[in-house]
Amino acid sequence: MSVHQGKSLDRKKLMGDPVLVTTIVVLIAFLTVFIVYPLAILLVDAFYSSDTGVTLDFFRNSFASFAFRRAIGNTLKIGAVVGLLSTFIGLLFAYVEVYVKVRTRFMAGLFKVVSMLPVVSPPFVLSLSMIMLFGKAGIVTRHLLGIYDNSVYGYWGIVIVQTMTFFPVCYMMFRGLLKNIDPSMEEASRDMGASRMKVFTSVTFPLLLPGIGNAFLVTFIESIADFANPMIIGGSYDTLATTIYLQITGAYDKNGACAMAVVLLMITMAMFVVQKYYLESKTAATLTGKASRVRMLIEDRSVAVPLTILCSMIALFVIIMYACVPFGALFKTWGRDFTLTTKWFEQVFNRYKGFKAFWDSFRLSLIASPITALLSMIISYLVVKRKFKAKGYIELVSMLAMAVPGTVLGIGYIRGFAGGMFRTGFLQSIYGTGIILVIVFIVRSLPTGTRSGISALRQIDKSIEESAYDMGAGSLKVFTSVTLPLIKDSFLSGLVTAFVRSITAISAIILLVTPSYLLITVQINEFAEKGSYGLACAFATILIVITYGAVLLMNLFIKFFGTSRSQRHADKEEKKMIREARRAQGQEKEALS
Amino acid sequence: MSAKAPKGVRLEHVSKIYQDPKTKKNFYAVSDCCLDIRPGSFITLLGPSGCGKTTTLRMVAGFESPDEGEIYLGDEPINALTPNKRDTAMVFQSYALFPHYNVFDNVAYGLKLRKVPKPEIARRVKDILELVELTGMEQRMTNQLSGGQQQRVALARALVVEPGVLLFDEPLSNLDAKLRVQMRTEIRRIQQKLGITAIYVTHDQSEAMSISDKIILMRKGIIEQMGSPHEIYYHPVNEFVADFIGECNFLPCMVKGSENGVVTASVIGSDVQVESDYPVKAGDMCKIVLRPEAIRIAEKGQIPCKVILSCFMGSYQNYHVMVGDTLVKIADNCPVNKRIFEVGENAFISFEKECAHLLKASK
Repeated sequence: MSVHQGKSLDRKKLMGDPVLVTTIVVLIAFLTVFIVYPLAILLVDAFYSSDTGVTLDFFRNSFASFAFRRAIGNTLKIGAVVGLLSTFIGLLFAYVEVYVKVRTRFMAGLFKVVSMLPVVSPPFVLSLSMIMLFGKAGIVTRHLLGIYDNSVYGYWGIVIVQTMTFFPVCYMMFRGLLKNIDPSMEEASRDMGASRMKVFTSVTFPLLLPGIGNAFLVTFIESIADFANPMIIGGSYDTLATTIYLQITGAYDKNGACAMAVVLLMITMAMFVVQKYYLESKTAATLTGKASRVRMLIEDRSVAVPLTILCSMIALFVIIMYACVPFGALFKTWGRDFTLTTKWFEQVFNRYKGFKAFWDSFRLSLIASPITALLSMIISYLVVKRKFKAKGYIELVSMLAMAVPGTVLGIGYIRGFAGGMFRTGFLQSIYGTGIILVIVFIVRSLPTGTRSGISALRQIDKSIEESAYDMGAGSLKVFTSVTLPLIKDSFLSGLVTAFVRSITAISAIILLVTPSYLLITVQINEFAEKGSYGLACAFATILIVITYGAVLLMNLFIKFFGTSRSQRHADKEEKKMIREARRAQGQEKEALS
Repeated sequence: MSAKAPKGVRLEHVSKIYQDPKTKKNFYAVSDCCLDIRPGSFITLLGPSGCGKTTTLRMVAGFESPDEGEIYLGDEPINALTPNKRDTAMVFQSYALFPHYNVFDNVAYGLKLRKVPKPEIARRVKDILELVELTGMEQRMTNQLSGGQQQRVALARALVVEPGVLLFDEPLSNLDAKLRVQMRTEIRRIQQKLGITAIYVTHDQSEAMSISDKIILMRKGIIEQMGSPHEIYYHPVNEFVADFIGECNFLPCMVKGSENGVVTASVIGSDVQVESDYPVKAGDMCKIVLRPEAIRIAEKGQIPCKVILSCFMGSYQNYHVMVGDTLVKIADNCPVNKRIFEVGENAFISFEKECAHLLKASK
């Protein structure tokens, strides 16, 4: 029994499609050069230098240093605590939204803002507001409570800020999962005599368990890869990401930094493998299909009231934290002089080349985002709809990039391209230019785009494309006339996500940027470190306005040019149905009582 | 409407090997399949799920590549051609209509790819929509159509390019029972009118019987029997085929003698003479296939039985009776004016001896 003929025929058919073959080759080259190669170089540098040959010295030296061992401990400790807290708060929010009847406008608004804020804000503005609210000159600590020596720098600062930054991601994940639980299962449990608590512990929670593990690990990876927050609020509490940064920018120890980067990479990689290949499949296995009917919401006041209050408080806290930023930019001297002023904004533009910074960030992100969106759609198309030999490699590498901390990637690029590829000078010309920044933007946003593209494409019946193919369309025609129009929404949101992620990116960029490019995030980081919070806030405010504008624009765009009218009509009908079912449910309750 | 000359399809020793996802072992999804489909004929690949019928169809369409053998369309070997280069058009189980196009654009898709001039596209789409009775629906989006209408659009989209062979992958399985019957007559009518070659995949035996010139019954990748619906129904080659096509009684019998291919056998206490396709000798234990509708139940007769189930089905009365130790199923047609036997009653059965068909006893 030999599958040889089938394989060779498949290969022949593939080769008969030059567009497809070219695309695959270009894609593989891109992924290899800009993701695999820099990481491989890191590994080489961590074990080898021209002076000593192959050696373990760099690891030995790193581990010999107390600071490094402490950084590892710190990082893991923070990752675990932030992972747990974010998962818990995220689950709480999702549960309240999906299960509990809190249908006031105000609450719905709060939830929406919370899910939206972390998307549009640069990842580290919460550190700024944390310092401004609870720091030595913080409004809450100093002016409301009269505490003059509160230190937010360090462990607790990082934990609180990261939790506030990452829990919305968990919230969105859990919301999707909970909506997919068929209410009939819980009704069956209730029907057999279980209390609400028992329903949760015996049905809902076990079904969610793999999802909980998943959310925890995702947050864990995010937390230990986070660079900017520990940088601003960490003080002397070093994490791996900041240690590596200081090792290369301060101590200028390249091999040592490589060894440390390899350690950090190994940790995130291991987490990622567990998350991706073990937990994700389990989540899918327990929660398949869609809820078959509308869920009866919990109206019981003893459940609804405390949960609602808890969520509102957290949400308000987050919102106040974010609101701090624009105010920080408007007050004369934070903590002392609260007269309103535009002097920070003026300084941003007059003294600190604000226009150039925004133009540089904006321009580079604008170039990167369509490339990213298109690349990720092509990758998802190839991964989901086509079969060919290198598919596994493409999928693996583009997903793997998700687990690579920005700092690690940055070091990889320095080592890999400063002297050209393999120190031969090839591609050296892109080093220190805008091109390499754009490439970093692309690589950093590619995994998210690909993931959303893959899930969008999986929703589309395979035979729709097959039928186009069968009618005589080549792969390019199938992609442009059928696939792309069908995932237009996903493509557009991928476009904006890539833009927002690029313009708010810092961790890899800060290592690669040269003085010829002023990037907003780098400026914010610089001023925050110097303690010029007014300026940092002014930069951050404008950045938030830009990103929020981009998201608004996208929503408008999708509304008018996105999914076809009839599709939207169908959605509306469905929503109406749900509303009516809910109303009927309410009337039933009234009739009963 | 003048279709191009229909093409024949020939499969020569075609096999497809798949890997079992659990055991990682290779197995034949389709094994050594030889078919010769005449131009203009309607053949059906029939069988239970996992029998290889859809895989065979997809190999003809080009979505799967055969691991052994060669496929010909007309006289041209097409193994190495991609689906878009093959002169085939497929109607999918899920219809696979393009949701972002209206009916007209869906149907015109294949013509646009073939660079047919605009006025001709308009004319051909109009003609074909008339044929499938969808005139006036051109501007509708596909999700504003009923299931039956969507099915017609899918059919029109495949027909309009005038393919050498039309492929159907269980096209009616998403429709309700009544519509299914209506649509299959429709498909047959259109196929006959255009004289097009069609390969049809289904697991519904009544669909296969009503629509095809020839049925190919498959199991586990192997063709069990090929023949006209009549042949397959009355002369099944084995128990699997007999059982898959309609209800069946398998009655053990003993061969008493054989002469010129005519076998005398004793079955439930009565001697019958049946033709046999293979040699048997006196004393062999075989099985007689007897369709339930070939058996009658009455108050008087030769073979006594006891009724153990009596069930009104509308067009017939369904009985299970015991003849000695043997269970016999009976479908008594048009029961309205007949005496209905109740459970526990004694009765007699008789059967038309021409309807009996001899099978080798399976081990």
